[in-house]
Amino acid sequence: MRASRNGNIWQHVDWLTIGLFLVLVIFGWLNIYGASYTFDQTSIFDFSNRAGKQFAWIGGSVLMGIILLLIDYRTYDVLTYIAYGAMLLLLLATPFLAHDIKGSMSWISLGPVSLQPAEFAKCIVALTIAKYMGRYDYKIRTWRDLIVPFVLIGVPALIIMVLQKETGSALVFAAFLLVFYRQGMSGYVLWMGVAAVALFIISIRWGAVALPLGTGSLGIMVCMLLLTAVEVYFICRDHYIRYQALIMVGAITAIYGICLIINIWVPMPFDWISMGIVIALVFYTVFVSLYWRKYMLLILAAFTLFCIGYTHACDFVFTRVLQPHQRIRIEVLLGMKEDPAGAGYNVNQARIAIGSGRFFGKGYLNGTQTKLQFVPEQDTDFIFCTVGEEWGFVGSIGVLLVYLYFILHLIEIAERQRNVSTRIYAYSVASIFLFHLTINVGMVLGLLPVIGIPLPFFSYGGSSLWGFTMLLFILLRLDAARMEQLN
Amino acid sequence: MINDPTYRRRYVISGIAVVVVLVYIVRLFYLQVIDQSTKDQADNNALVKQTIYPSRGLIYDRNGELLVFNQPIYEITMVMREMKQGWDTAAFCACLGITDKEFDERIAEIKDRRKNRGYSRWTPQVFMSQLKKEDIASLQESLFLFPGVQIQKRTLRDYTYKAAAHVLGSVGEVNQNDIDRDDYYTRGDYSGRDGLERTYEKQLRGEKGVEVLMRDSRGRMQGSYKNGELDRTAKAGTDLYTTLDIQLQLLAEELLSGKIGSAVAIEPKTGEILALASNPSWNPKMLVGKERSKNYNALLNDKTKPLLNRATQATYPPGSPFKTIQALVCLEQGAITPNTLYPCSGPGSSPIKCTHHHGSPVALDKAIEQSCNPYFWCAFRDLMQKDNRDIHKPYEKWRNAVMQFGLGQKFTDSDLGEQSSGSIPSTRLYDKFYGPNGWKAITIRSLSIGQGEIIVTPLQLANQAAAIANEGYYISPHLNKNDSMRIHRHNIDIQKKHFDEVKAGMHRVMVYGTGRHYAIDSLHMAGKTGTAQNPHGRDHAIFIGFAPVEDPKIAVAVVVENAGFGATWAAPIASMMMEQYLNGEMKRKDLKKNISERVLNESVKKW
Repeated sequence: MRASRNGNIWQHVDWLTIGLFLVLVIFGWLNIYGASYTFDQTSIFDFSNRAGKQFAWIGGSVLMGIILLLIDYRTYDVLTYIAYGAMLLLLLATPFLAHDIKGSMSWISLGPVSLQPAEFAKCIVALTIAKYMGRYDYKIRTWRDLIVPFVLIGVPALIIMVLQKETGSALVFAAFLLVFYRQGMSGYVLWMGVAAVALFIISIRWGAVALPLGTGSLGIMVCMLLLTAVEVYFICRDHYIRYQALIMVGAITAIYGICLIINIWVPMPFDWISMGIVIALVFYTVFVSLYWRKYMLLILAAFTLFCIGYTHACDFVFTRVLQPHQRIRIEVLLGMKEDPAGAGYNVNQARIAIGSGRFFGKGYLNGTQTKLQFVPEQDTDFIFCTVGEEWGFVGSIGVLLVYLYFILHLIEIAERQRNVSTRIYAYSVASIFLFHLTINVGMVLGLLPVIGIPLPFFSYGGSSLWGFTMLLFILLRLDAARMEQLN
Repeated sequence: MINDPTYRRRYVISGIAVVVVLVYIVRLFYLQVIDQSTKDQADNNALVKQTIYPSRGLIYDRNGELLVFNQPIYEITMVMREMKQGWDTAAFCACLGITDKEFDERIAEIKDRRKNRGYSRWTPQVFMSQLKKEDIASLQESLFLFPGVQIQKRTLRDYTYKAAAHVLGSVGEVNQNDIDRDDYYTRGDYSGRDGLERTYEKQLRGEKGVEVLMRDSRGRMQGSYKNGELDRTAKAGTDLYTTLDIQLQLLAEELLSGKIGSAVAIEPKTGEILALASNPSWNPKMLVGKERSKNYNALLNDKTKPLLNRATQATYPPGSPFKTIQALVCLEQGAITPNTLYPCSGPGSSPIKCTHHHGSPVALDKAIEQSCNPYFWCAFRDLMQKDNRDIHKPYEKWRNAVMQFGLGQKFTDSDLGEQSSGSIPSTRLYDKFYGPNGWKAITIRSLSIGQGEIIVTPLQLANQAAAIANEGYYISPHLNKNDSMRIHRHNIDIQKKHFDEVKAGMHRVMVYGTGRHYAIDSLHMAGKTGTAQNPHGRDHAIFIGFAPVEDPKIAVAVVVENAGFGATWAAPIASMMMEQYLNGEMKRKDLKKNISERVLNESVKKW
């Protein structure tokens, strides 16, 4: 039977996805050639330049895709946990085998080529998560059900971040939050994530700004008010508690307002006032909750305290834990520092390169900014600059729309699965592509801090191309199996 | 999906993707359609970081004599794309004093991708390099006539003396490995490749400066950005004061000429290396600038291996000088006393022959003076068999004591980059070779006279002499005349009275023994000659010594390969070095001429 199944694979495989894959890969390849730095370039197939090498990688990835499609779909399920174990061992071994390339310990050289095992880890983790969460008796009911999945993604992420010093590759594992969300994880977790990032930015950006008429931490004050309001309206359904919370917000605003007015004549110690408010607030909520037996309010008090602690933790992480170059990247992004010759150089040059492309672009192979090597990493992480400069607004949104269609189509594929595990895998694939697209393009457009992760299929590099190919074609194989099972 | 309560969440996730792409499209619309500033910036104000190279630190000898300095050189770069508008080739050639034909040839060469792989019409290409100031003077004045042409200043190393090539090392272009390892370097930078230049690279290189310039889309410089607010000046490298005495170094190198060998001199009290000569050597000016790679290959292909620093990298059996260590260890570990007598039957002795004729039986002082092999064999045998029949314990104890002198290991706390470790064989080695019970004192008898499996570098020999001169300690030999190196003190667990015995014996060598021909009246020297057997050819001549005996200020080791007797070749070189350093001049001119003009190896080239 196997022979006939394999024979049918070409009928059942999703050709639209393969088409989109080829469009993206080939357009990416053309842009790598464009990003090569001279105008009088040699042939696109010349193996001494990156476009030629990428051509070889593309050939390899197509071959890999074909092989992945020809393998029996059950093989993937059988090998999943073994592969996960092997992957962990490889990730652990990598820092010891790797050469230090600008601080990163993630590249293993195999003769003339170097591979980055972290790029392949995504695929294996996705398969593992899918297998674990796809069991018929698995369901996300409480947070306890998420412990194992979080460990499954957390361990490789930690290895990559701490041992291999590749923060970008490790952050990609956050994409699995979307998968968990789809499988039933509370939506508040996503909101908490958004709130945590917002709070981080606020406390970093405005935490140290002095008030115009005195001293004090405006950022922390604003955060407290904001969060009290947010927590009340999103967490508590009880009208009484909402009423209590509104009183608190009002009281805090009033106290600060009065202090601000007094501040005109007498300088007020805002730090002490903030602290007093917090202590008073906690005592008040504890008293009210015990008196009225509304224990939800206790959570509210704890949450407020947690937020205050978190803002301080943000400050600590920012000044102590982050590396200087990471700190500067964030400061540049938030406009706290101007440094066009140093950390802001990439971002600034990327902005100029894209901006100078205007509506229709300068034309293929005519970009001056990329050609003159103004943009560093222009054929890897900053490849989108070349698109922006040479193909203009039209080309850039074209690429973004193709990507969007690609990702939406992956979600479509996911939803048509009857096998839960395949659906989870498909969501993992879609989420990983979405994460890469968001972070990479956001960084190039100056909307997100510089985090070095590739733009799938576009950025130069064999490991990332092969990693994404593996991710995608295993999905196509599993999807094709759906029809085979039907027959 | 049936019974899937979270089915609707697919729309949330799709929604996130749509929102992200929409936000990015809005941002792109702003950057590429609304915001006009980027277009101007791209056309007019692209920022370029131009590196300003710092001048490299100078290198001096211990008396403040300049050894290594910098000479400015200039290179002319041009951007081919700029050359078309009214470019007067004839005038350009006149400025540089070249012919039109040479100009055309050079341009063709630049454009030839096979020769110039990184060629681009848009980036500066090197037209001529390694030019002197007078070569570019007239071009500098009329530079404005030639758009796209720039003059770049760089520095090259230059040397006051044709000496100490191995010690000083050289500066060369960085390779990809260096660039990956250290963010400081970019392609085309220079760094110390070997010797002191490499060890003290971070100190000597200084810090590159940067000038942020604006460049238009044609690659033309438009002046500094924000009035130079973001520029950083280059910090010159810090000068390096070495411990070398250049006069002593010159003498050592001259005496070694025509021979393969090395000479090391150390100030015992401080561990400062006064001279470190290795022959064959080369003129350090050879490995500078555009001649570097050609000359480097020539040196690499020379079968006498001039690039090898024989003073620190070559290993030899120490031969008789090792008897001084043997005496100290045997005294300390109680195998002998200064009065112990052993019989010697001259060349008829067994198992080791004696190469000298002297009375029998002999005591320690006479044994050192006459380099009596049977004496040291007996002492070593008694040490190995002192307590019990198993050799492992006494051997390990002996080996640890020997290694306290720094023999058979690298000086890891020193600033000498290229070193070999040599070897004092371990019990493991013999166990492997003969089996755990298959070897006894007689099996390893060669060790007693410094032959066999024991090998050391000339630097270790000089350090051994220094340790004896110091009567029980040495400071790791080093080249930086900076007090911080002096903390690397290594004490030797041997009583001072034993050193007195051995020093007396070494003094006798220079008075009555094998070194007596090279003693001088003005200086009391102590030493030990050696003739190390060499399975590949003639014996190596070896000598260690120090002077003055009363208060040693210099310790020397000399090795001359395939020269025969240590007394004939190594001793005079060491003796003259000691005289030069301690008396400030060398009076034995005839001896100097005699030694330096003798060629022992025909293939040694004077590079």
